[in-house]
Amino acid sequence: MVQQLVRLESNQEIAQGMFLMRFDSRRIATSAQPGQFLNIRATQRWSPLLLRRPFSISRVVGSSIELLYNIVGKGTKALSAQIPGEEIDVLGPLGIPFRYDGLFETAVLVAGGLGIAPFPFLTDFLEKKKATIITFVGSRSLFKIDMLHLRNVQYATDDGSNGFRGNVVESLAEYLQEHTLTAPKIFGCGPTKMLSSLSRLAQAKELSCELSLEGDMACGIGICQGCPVERSNGTKKYALVCTDGPTFDCREIKLPSP
Amino acid sequence: MKTSFSIGNVEFKNRVLVASGTFGYGDEVKDLVDVNKLGGIVTKSLSWKPRDGNPPRRIVETPSGMLNSIGLANVGVHAFIREKLPYLRTLKTKIVVNIAASSVQEYCDVLTLLDTQEGVDAYEINVSCPNVKEGGLNFGTDCRMTREITAQLRPLTRKPLIIKLTPNVTHISEFARAVEDAGADAVSVINTLVGMAVDVRTRKPKLSTVTGGLSGPAIKPIALAKVYEVAQAVKIPVFGIGGIQSAEDAIEFLLVGATAVQVGTMNFVDATASARIVEEIREFAEKENLDDVGKLVGALDANIKHSVLQSWL
Ligand SMILES: Cc1cc2nc3c(=O)[nH]c(=O)nc-3n(C[C@H](O)[C@H](O)[C@H](O)COP(=O)(O)OP(=O)(O)OC[C@H]3O[C@@H](n4cnc5c(N)ncnc54)[C@H](O)[C@@H]3O)c2cc1C
Ligand SMILES: Cc1cc2nc3c(=O)[nH]c(=O)nc-3n(C[C@H](O)[C@H](O)[C@H](O)COP(=O)(O)O)c2cc1C
Ligand code: FES
Repeated sequence: MVQQLVRLESNQEIAQGMFLMRFDSRRIATSAQPGQFLNIRATQRWSPLLLRRPFSISRVVGSSIELLYNIVGKGTKALSAQIPGEEIDVLGPLGIPFRYDGLFETAVLVAGGLGIAPFPFLTDFLEKKKATIITFVGSRSLFKIDMLHLRNVQYATDDGSNGFRGNVVESLAEYLQEHTLTAPKIFGCGPTKMLSSLSRLAQAKELSCELSLEGDMACGIGICQGCPVERSNGTKKYALVCTDGPTFDCREIKLPSP
Repeated sequence: MKTSFSIGNVEFKNRVLVASGTFGYGDEVKDLVDVNKLGGIVTKSLSWKPRDGNPPRRIVETPSGMLNSIGLANVGVHAFIREKLPYLRTLKTKIVVNIAASSVQEYCDVLTLLDTQEGVDAYEINVSCPNVKEGGLNFGTDCRMTREITAQLRPLTRKPLIIKLTPNVTHISEFARAVEDAGADAVSVINTLVGMAVDVRTRKPKLSTVTGGLSGPAIKPIALAKVYEVAQAVKIPVFGIGGIQSAEDAIEFLLVGATAVQVGTMNFVDATASARIVEEIREFAEKENLDDVGKLVGALDANIKHSVLQSWL
């Protein structure tokens, strides 16, 4: 884990409201693993924004780190205003990476909206391991992400403007009806509601499934106790998203029902 | 340059500590910062049994601050002694253990157990806790209870006993006087202020517990006024807490009468801030040609005749 000022190489809007940010950090690039995140101060200027914001490491290219984010509020708005050459303060890599147990042959990546963020990095990793990859991407409407490093993408849109009409979990369920996958494991990332229905589907079909959760964070390193998620069993009621996750086996945690 | 100060027979190497609940148990950040540079570490509040804490959502950012409703989630005093204290003992800084409880007896039990342990230098008592016997009323907003806790704990230890006061009362100086009178060695001022935030789309409070505790730079002016008020009222040392981000902020607290300061929320933003503040206070004192940082304590140049505080002090 390092805390450092990094200089932005680029920070571009690649689709409506979606930004790809890139900066150089050899120290983070050499230690990061897919599924980990960075906790970032959106601006070095004076600002009433106080806390860092967590973002998945989207891809590592050489010594460069890429992040993918949506503007949803003040912090991401401030982040999007940073221009190449400016410095931002990053802390990481943080959290538990996706587990590679070697027990699966087909990796099923399931993303709701910006949930695709950690998947290019995971795709690189899985390709090295020679796993078969299918990627399910869901969004409200047409969503162009050709430039992202993803494999075998199956789209789902609420309005049917691109691929399957309906949500991404429904699209996966239909796919599983029609296809037999060899030794699959699901990796899910996206809004909590979507992860909750994905978790139900995986458990109903007895498929191994790992989820990357979001949560409100202050410290990102297990100090503030601000990011609890309910455990399904054990003596402790809550796990911390930042240090016990953000990746969890879907059977470990109890998400609010969809 | 003298940077140290003492409370009872405990010498702190400088006047900057890290506040309870904002630095864990010291081991989480050891890759980022040399914790031995700090004047002391105040631990997360400990209770007799581990506590799960409140359901999410526990944290909301507000302008220049944050609301929290952690609910005193902690590992419990037994696990602390087993798993956390051995590491804390290896540090060359003072360890102040913060205690939270839901009854006067629990405060006494936790302190008595800790007092048998090596490596605990002082106690800070968090009285901002619901009193189970009184239907959950906060101990710290009841002056009689706050005095009672202090009086019960005093005979149980020879180590410094610091009472951490809540600002959610009309006159915090009354509480400071009460605990001084009951034998406290110092007071910490302030804990978080009650605050709230609402999601206008769902019409629900953002925190699961409806209200929470406000901290961070937003509360600094309030904290400073509370520290000033308390420092006017009592002779025992005051730890100034609330929104400290920089050496300048910390020095403001020293000037209004804080013997030392604690840095809280800023640790979440930048875990290296506290150690840097230690250095920068020393540099400031050097520039001011002081031989002791302590000469800044209470050195405020104010005309108190014009202060409204005088009406109730
Ligand atoms: C481990 C982790 C990894 C993440 N990775 C990414 C990523 O790669 N790309 C990305 O775009 N985002 C990611 N997020 C979410 C991102 O942190 C939030 O979008 C960001 O903090 C919002 O900051 P803001 O100041 O713009 O919004 P705020 O002003 O804080 O909030 C604006 C609105 O968004 C809602 N909101 C804020 N945070 C979240 C959240 N975490 N989940 C759902 N709603 C939220 C608020 O309730 C509010 O309505 C991740 C979160 C976590 C915990
Ligand atoms: C997330 C969080 C957890 C806290 N936990 C405790 C605690 O366990 N015990 C305690 O006495 N104070 C606790 N506090 C209060 C701080 O120690 C401090 O008094 C307060 O935050 C004001 O200082 P600040 O503005 O520098 O943060 C907590 C504060 C925060 C933000
Ligand atoms: S964000 Fe602070 S404990 Fe998880």
